[in-house]
Parts: sequence; C-alpha cells; structure tokens
Amino acid sequence: MKIAVCVSHVPDTATKVNIGPDGKTLDPNGVAFVLNPYDEYAIEEALKTKELLGESEVVVISLGPDVNKETIRKALAMGADGGVLLKDENYRDSYAVAKALAAEIETQGAQLVFFGKQSVDYDNGIVGQLTAEMLGFNCATVAVDFKLDGDKITVEREIEGGKEVVETSIPAVITAQKGLNEPRYASLKGIMAAKRKTIEEKEAAAAENYTEVLGMKKPPEKAAGKIVGEDASAVPELIRLLKEEAKVI
Amino acid sequence: MSDENKNEVLKGGEFLIKESDPQSVFTMDDLTEEQRMMADTAREFVEKEIIPNVDDIDKQKEGLTVSLLEKAGEIGLLGTFIPEEYGGLGENFDTNTILSMEMGNAHSFGVSFAAHTGIGTLPILYYGTEEQKQKYLPALASGEMKSAYCLTEPTSGSDALSAKTTAVLSEDGTHYILNGQKMWITNGGFADILITFAQVDGDKFTCFIIPTDSEGFTKGEEENKMGIKGSSTRALFLDNVKVPKENVLGEIGKGHYVAFNILNVGRFKLGAMVTGGAKKYISIAVQYANERKQFGKTIASFGAIKYKLAEMAVRVFVSEAAMLRTSGLINQMSEELMADGAQFSDSLIKSAEEYAIESSMMKVFGSEMLDYVADEVVQVHGGYGYSEEYPAARAYRDSRINRLFEGTNEINRLLVVDMLIKRSMKGRLDLLGPAMAIQKELLSIPEFGDEPEGLLAKEMKAVRNAKKAALMIAGSAVQKFMQKLAEEQEVIMNITDMLIEIFTSESAILRTLKYAAAKGDEAAEMYAKMTSVYVSDSLERINLYGKHAIAAFAEGDDMKLLLLGMKRFTKLDPVNTTKLRREVADKMIEENKYCF
Ligand SMILES: Cc1cc2nc3c(=O)[nH]c(=O)nc-3n(C[C@H](O)[C@H](O)[C@H](O)COP(=O)(O)OP(=O)(O)OC[C@H]3O[C@@H](n4cnc5c(N)ncnc54)[C@H](O)[C@@H]3O)c2cc1C
Repeated sequence: MKIAVCVSHVPDTATKVNIGPDGKTLDPNGVAFVLNPYDEYAIEEALKTKELLGESEVVVISLGPDVNKETIRKALAMGADGGVLLKDENYRDSYAVAKALAAEIETQGAQLVFFGKQSVDYDNGIVGQLTAEMLGFNCATVAVDFKLDGDKITVEREIEGGKEVVETSIPAVITAQKGLNEPRYASLKGIMAAKRKTIEEKEAAAAENYTEVLGMKKPPEKAAGKIVGEDASAVPELIRLLKEEAKVI
Repeated sequence: MSDENKNEVLKGGEFLIKESDPQSVFTMDDLTEEQRMMADTAREFVEKEIIPNVDDIDKQKEGLTVSLLEKAGEIGLLGTFIPEEYGGLGENFDTNTILSMEMGNAHSFGVSFAAHTGIGTLPILYYGTEEQKQKYLPALASGEMKSAYCLTEPTSGSDALSAKTTAVLSEDGTHYILNGQKMWITNGGFADILITFAQVDGDKFTCFIIPTDSEGFTKGEEENKMGIKGSSTRALFLDNVKVPKENVLGEIGKGHYVAFNILNVGRFKLGAMVTGGAKKYISIAVQYANERKQFGKTIASFGAIKYKLAEMAVRVFVSEAAMLRTSGLINQMSEELMADGAQFSDSLIKSAEEYAIESSMMKVFGSEMLDYVADEVVQVHGGYGYSEEYPAARAYRDSRINRLFEGTNEINRLLVVDMLIKRSMKGRLDLLGPAMAIQKELLSIPEFGDEPEGLLAKEMKAVRNAKKAALMIAGSAVQKFMQKLAEEQEVIMNITDMLIEIFTSESAILRTLKYAAAKGDEAAEMYAKMTSVYVSDSLERINLYGKHAIAAFAEGDDMKLLLLGMKRFTKLDPVNTTKLRREVADKMIEENKYCF
C-alpha cells in the first residue's frame, strides 16, 4: 500500500515572527523554518504503519516554494521513501492547498493519508478534512491513537474533556494530534540516506482561493499592571475596577 | 605580504607570521544542509533526552547515563568519527566539530559522551590493528560497549608519562600482567573497556585495551565532585590483571604517541563543546534579563547588565570564529592527505598534530571564556542564580572542570610556546626570519602611512602589528634565556596569552570580513561591532602582557627599546566600546537570545 504524508514548512514556534510589508503575509526574513510539529506525528504514524505492513511505501508531499525541500528532506531522513514538492510561490488558502494535495494523492494512488491536525503558521486546521472530502476518502481527525487491521481503522480522537473512539476504513485521511506517538529522530544515518532519495518537483495543480486575507495584526502589547493599594482597604476599589474597567466580574 | 602567500593553506603556528584570506576560513555560515540537519538532531537529542533529565543524571540515577549513551548510539551520535566499514558514519572533522558544539550544554552527560567518543574511542580508531578495529569500533559506535581512558594516576597528573602502572609479559609470552592504580577516570563506573597506559619492563610506556570483566580489576567509589556530578569518575585498581598480548594498542614503548595525539584532538573538541555550550547559556541570561523587573524596569534595560550580555556575546563570537577556523584547517589538511592516498585515521592524526598549537589555544581560551560566561550568567540572575531551581548554578559548577582536564590550562599554555620553538628549531616554521626583521624595524624610523580604510581595516592593521609585538617579545626572550626559557614560566604564559589574543582577534576579523563579502557590510554590522570591541580590548591586554614580560627580563636600553616597540606595535585609536556593547546587547534583548 502507498501511504502519503502531507507536510508543511512553518516558522519555528520559538522565533519571533513579523508581518510582511504587504500586511497580509508573514515576513520570512530572519525566521527559522521547521517541519510543522504536528506533521512529525503524522510521519511517525506513517512509518510505524509501514513497518507493520511490510510491503508498503511512504511518500511525503509538501506544497510551497523551493525551501520546503528542507522539510521534505527531514521527513526522508526520518525514514520516508520518497518526496514530492508541489511548487507554488504564492499564497494559497486552505481550500486551494487541499485541491493541489488531493490531485497529487490521486496521482500517487495513496490509500492512507496522514496530516498534522493543523499547521502552526496559519492555524486553519482544515486542510486534512478538505482533502478527504475532495478525494471522497473517510476522515478521522485529531487522532491520539491509530490502529489498522486489514482495511479497518480504529482511531481514538481527542475531544473536549475526553476521548472518542471511531471506526472507519481505508481509503482514509487521518490528522495527527500530539500524543499519537513519539516521533523518531532523524538519525545521522537517515540524514545521509536522505541525500540519495529523490524529491520529485512538479507544478502544484491550479486552484482558486475561496478566501482572501485582508490583513494581519499582532496581538496588542500587554498593558502595564496597576497597583490599586497595599492592604485590605483597597479591596472595594479593586472590585470596582474589575467590574467597570476590566469587565471581568 | 604578497598575494601569493594568501592562497596557500596556513600551517600550524603560521598565523603568527602570515596573513589569511577571509575566504579561507570555515565559519558557522558555511554549514551544508546535511551538517545543519545533523546538528538539529543532536540539539533535539539534548533538548528532549538530557535537559529534562539533568537532575536525575546528576544524582547518578542507576543506569540512566548508560541508557542515554545507548540512545545516542542508536541515533548515530557515537559513531560520527568512525568509518562506515566499522559501523560508523565517517563524517569529516568539521561535521564532528559542529556536533561537539551541540553537546556543549549537556552538562555531565556531555562529559560522559566526550570521554566515550573521544579519548575512549579514538585511540582504537587511530592506532588499532585491523582485528582490534573490527572487534571494538562497531560496538563503540552503537553504544553496546562503553569506553574509558586511563592515563592519570595518583602520582602522575600533569606529568602523565611518569605513570607507575606496570606491565610484565607472562612467562609463556601470551599476555601481560598489569599492576597499578588509575585516578579520576571518567566513565570508570560503567565502562566495558579501558584504554590504559602502563610501563612495560619499567620504562616502555605502552597503551593497552583492558576489558573490565578481567579478573583482578576493581573500582573505587564515585568521587564526590564540585560539578559534572552526573559523570562517573572513579579510581580504578589493577591487581595482577591478565591482558592478552593482542590487546596492546600501538607499539610497545610508543604509548606517548597514543596519549599525545589523542589529547590534540581532545583539546580541540573541548574548545568546540564549551563554545557551543556558552551560546546556549547566554540565551538563558538574555531571557532572564528580559523577564526580571526591578525598579519598574526589566533588568535588561540597565547598562551594567547590557555590558555583561554584550561581553559574553563578544567572547563567544570570537571563540567560535577561532575554533571553527581551526576546525576548517584540520579538516582541509586531513581531506588533502586522504586525497593523496593517506588512510582516514592517519590523515586525522597528522592534521590534528599540525594544528596542535591552535588546539591548545582553543582549549585554554574556550574554557576560560566559558567560565566567564557561566559566572556572568549567575550574576545576571542575582540571588536566583544561586538557586538550584534555575539553570545558572549548574552551568557555573559544571564549567570549572574544563580548565583542569585534557591538560590543565597551565600545561597547555606552556605547550604552545614549547611547540612553537621546537618547530622553529626544526625548520618547520620560520620564526627566526620574521623576528630578525622586526628587530631591524625597531631600530628604524616608524612609517606614518595613511590610516587604512574599509571594514575593520584599522583592526586588521592593529593585529598585524600585534604579531610583531609578540614576535619581538618571544624573540628577545629566547635570546635572553636560550635553553633556559622553559624555567621562565611566567614569561611563557605572557607570550602564550599574547598569541591567543592575536589568533582570536584575527579570526574574528576574518569571520566578519567573510560574512560581509557574502552578505554586505550592513548585514555584517553586528559582527563588526563585536569584533571591534574585542580587538580594542585585546590590544590593551597584549600591551600589558608584553610589558610584564619585558619587565621580567630586560634592563636599561634594551628595556627602553622593547617598551617603545610595544607602544608602537599595540597602537589602536580608542573605540567607544560602551556604545558598541550596548548595541550588541540591544540586538540580543530584541531577539531574546544569543543571535549571532
Ligand atoms: C572530573 C575529572 C575527570 C577526569 N577524567 C579523566 C579521565 O577520564 N582520564 C584520565 O586519564 N584523567 C582524567 N582526569 C585527570 C586530569 O586529566 C588531571 O586531573 C589533570 O591532568 C591534572 O592532573 P593533577 O590533577 O594530578 O594535577 P597536578 O598535575 O598535580 O597539577 C596541579 C597544579 O599544578 C600545575 N602544574 C602541574 N605541572 C606543572 C608544570 N610543569 N608547570 C606549571 N604548572 C604545573 C597544574 O596546572 C595545576 O594547576 C580527570 C580529572 C577530573 C577532575
């Protein structure tokens, strides 16, 4: 079976991100990019599934500019067999991303597809679901446990305050949540082996954006705190401020 | 200096008499994608496996360090130097340097790791027979086997060759019988094999591989140490331990080759680790300074704190420049030797020996830089720096060992001058010619040429002059003391300190110029500021060391002339280092980390 993993190349959560001069996109200057953290769980699950099945192949797909190859290479170093870069320098919304990924997954003939539950750059969290819909695949999201038995899939999903167990079958799209597994390291041998694996480059299938970004804003600076008083006599004033100014009680 | 000189590779010690092309130096900006990926893996390993476990590691929790070493082996981190045919990766010297840097903040584990992969493994790689390599290297690369290096004894520390452990060939000639005691052995508590030195027939210093399951081998208790508490350090006892003849490593009576050549690499690696570690510690200090508020402001806004942040960054930046430059030189030479048909291990031995002077300097400079950084990281944290709840205290405790092992900094300082003089006498390095030229120049009228223009051009000129100052002092000291110079250790220390200042200053300039050539002067602005601060202070220090030396051995007119020379050769217009340091600190405060 062919297993696909869709991965994105995102700013490292530890770096400070600025908004670009157009006010609508992130400024990539001086930002360290990494493999989207949730996608690491997706890759790990794909590799584990491959190890379980034996005869199968893991292909990594990423849409974006040339630098995304770094992220594909990381996945190859972890153990994926091949990679595809769907080249596109321009901004795409989730729908347009899904459209191109779905087309490639179809070309690849993959029956099982893993995504991270969301990409930590634009955080829409819907590309996996959209792709499943376009392909007519089953879909289970926010997986914290995944089991494959023949065609049967059992997924434990994280939901508010608890867990839900769902059953579905191949073909399917699964989106990975933290806790699904412990992603392996890209071992040094794996890194060297990745050099010999190929990354196929293609133009991403054209698709229209359904949404338009009008602007981006940084969260407001945290305002300085205010000391109302030193002892019990300040309590009434504090309560008044919390009610009238902060409007939290 | 002519352009022809510029393109040939700088030999060991030649920095003192030649100039280098900025393009020839290896810098952090020259890493390949593969090197960056490998560094990422090493960093991830330290962040995920070591940092969360530092307390347990320091308590020597049963089996923890051993299992972490094995995990490092699984990922491939233990076998980076070992060729592929012996189960390793056969990575080049530069890649190994980058990986050592990533282990720099692994505290006690970093020491266990370095002892295993460096002094514990390299002797077999360098000097092992084919059988020995096949038998041990794959198991050392995977972590299945752990190794320790046993040179030191209770009565032989710095004077390592005076070891008293004895080895006597058995009557049937099949094995040696070893007796003696080793001291301070890192990984002594769990090692499976010991690279051990002993005197055969009383005076033939020889290296052996001893399995620790040998009868007659026992270990002492764990030492109660000031820092790196999680690394195993023990005394080991050999009581009629039988070691098969096949376990002799290298030749009988040639143990000192093994010991010294391993130390050459070990010292360099230490310089790489401390530099990598210091970078992470500065980030910790910057983050704390950005969070802690006093007098209604973050402490990062105070000039006194900015000074500390900037000075730490300056020293680390310079250390990295000089250390990577050295790595690049060793790497280049070993690759050239291999291209000429040399074996991988021979090429490494030869190239590490060639740059032994630079490696000793990097060991000394790096370990003292880290001590400075660790100390100031505590200071930036105030009282919280004294608490085990914060990482500063551990950084401080764990830093101190680096000035002691792999040859104390005193021994390394002595070695720098000793090696230079020996090379000069053997004709390997022409110091005499340039030293004579300077004596002549001293008696001539100084030239008042135009001040050079361009990025760091004044600093470059100052360093060029400082080389003359060092040659002048070294030349006069040799003339004065002749064979007895070795007894004038204070003067030797002064000379080494001048050389270290020169090598580090020049390296920082070269790193900055290379970056500026690639990315433009504007992009290199911060590099240039740090370099300028360093060179400015460095010249003052060179001047001081020189004066100390002159006062120690010259009198009358000699003294006057030398002092005049010192003045002439250490001249640099004053720089507003306060302003520059603030700018360097502000950049880190904005980025909330060490960002150079
Ligand atoms: C935690 C730890 C781990 C270690 N791990 C290992 C290991 O794995 N394997 C191993 O073999 N060894 C190991 N050592 C030993 C270490 O290498 C020695 O401690 C070191 O070489 C210094 O020797 P010494 O302690 O006997 O000091 P000494 O040689 O007694 O030195 C004492 C002082 O005198 C100075 N001094 C000595 N000789 C001279 C001289 N000629 N001129 C000027 N000054 C001089 C020294 O610089 C030092 O300041 C370890 C030590 C420690 C503390």
